[in-house]
Amino acid sequence: MANPQGLSFERFSTSIPAIPSAPALGPMKRTQTPVTTGTSVLGIRYEGGIVLAADTLASYGSLLRYRDCTRLHKVNDNTVIACMGDYADFQYLLSIIEQKAITEDCMDDGFNITARSLHSWLTRVLYNKRCKFDPLWTTFLVAGTDEDDDGQKKEFLGYVDKLGTAYTDPVIATGYGSMLATPVMREAVEAKTKNGGQLTEQDAIDIIKNCMTILYYRDARAHYRYEIAVVPTTGKARIEPPTEIKGDWQVAHLIKGYE
Amino acid sequence: MSMSLMRPGGFSYSELANAGPVEHQFSPYTDNGGSIVAVAGKGFALIASDTRLSTGYSIYTRDQPKLYPLNSNTVLGCSGCWCDVLSETRLIEARMKLYKHEHQKEMSPAAVAQMLATILYSRRFFPYYVSNVLAGIDAEGQGVVYSYDPVGHCDQNLFHAGGSSGALLQPLLDNQIAHLNMQIKPTEPLSLEKAKGIIKDVFISAAERDIYTGDGILLKIITKDGITEESMKLRHD
Repeated sequence: MANPQGLSFERFSTSIPAIPSAPALGPMKRTQTPVTTGTSVLGIRYEGGIVLAADTLASYGSLLRYRDCTRLHKVNDNTVIACMGDYADFQYLLSIIEQKAITEDCMDDGFNITARSLHSWLTRVLYNKRCKFDPLWTTFLVAGTDEDDDGQKKEFLGYVDKLGTAYTDPVIATGYGSMLATPVMREAVEAKTKNGGQLTEQDAIDIIKNCMTILYYRDARAHYRYEIAVVPTTGKARIEPPTEIKGDWQVAHLIKGYE
Repeated sequence: MSMSLMRPGGFSYSELANAGPVEHQFSPYTDNGGSIVAVAGKGFALIASDTRLSTGYSIYTRDQPKLYPLNSNTVLGCSGCWCDVLSETRLIEARMKLYKHEHQKEMSPAAVAQMLATILYSRRFFPYYVSNVLAGIDAEGQGVVYSYDPVGHCDQNLFHAGGSSGALLQPLLDNQIAHLNMQIKPTEPLSLEKAKGIIKDVFISAAERDIYTGDGILLKIITKDGITEESMKLRHD
């Protein structure tokens, strides 16, 4: 039967709380520009899992405002997300995602949020906000493993940005990473996988570490402390303790003319 | 300008006050590129898209076809603002399911074509920034192609090129398929093989001149027996 009000999907919605609208006090405020921001995040899909990386810095313009903020989040044992952009918007979405994960957990039916479904959900939330000209100024990478129709575990790495633009790819980098790290990562992955070769977890980690170093040297909003998350098809997702880049600035004194 | 009014940045507060709103503003649209070409013939319809998804000078992915098989006799090709493509195609797919369950039959290409125009026009004042090309086989088994502008103007054609290379390829198709500006016109109708060849050729040409088209193409062949697909590599740069 056709719905007289037109298309409505509301009856399919579960008990997940609706996203509250802006408070009614005073004129409505919209995010016109991000405030406290995180820079690039990187992701690589390998044979048997996904590796994500993000540094721990939340900048306030050019100020290194919060130097120990994690921008990776483990949603459940097979899903991890990483976020670039406004840190407040990230925390806001995180609170909703955490509640979703708890709700799923409480159902205790053996089902969990999958990376694919979370990616799709983020697409809708972010698209909806952009249509209200009130974007959540973030870019997400969603990584996870998920069973396909044959019960086989499959690796998933997806991108969603503040407009709702979404795609999946074996290699994804956001922000300055898309200019500085993507070419390096694509070349490294191509070199490893040509002639039927396979990219291992360690290969992926090595490539990511190399790219985080490149970004630290050239991206002024990047930080030396960063985290790596690994989501393997066998075993549980983990976020490794932060590692630090030991910068080598020996060449710095050779550069003249900018004093 | 007195010094007391100068800020460390080197411009004065009064200049700032007169400058009006700051330029950096949120834009809900982006151009993610991509091209679609569709050709209709006797007993067949072809529709192809490239597989590159990009923004500015960056390539998001080299493997993102822009074709949506809607049922056994219609395929929609969409390119433009990718977030709108995703939203629009999901809406179409949902509406087609509702139609199928209500009427116990598949939508005809003509019905899909009309619905698409209505969906696009429903967003007349905040459009889906997408160029749509719809290809299908009608009840008589004839190929049909419909093309749209972002706000729902619909046109039925025998062939159409849309997306970032649309303006580049349409005159080429006018010449090669409709034989416009030709002295000697071939008499035999366009065959499926010939149409396929033209589509592959025009995509190779587009990839040479348009940075938003490349990496590969996906080609869907619609006949009364259903939909088959082919793919081909393009410039990978």
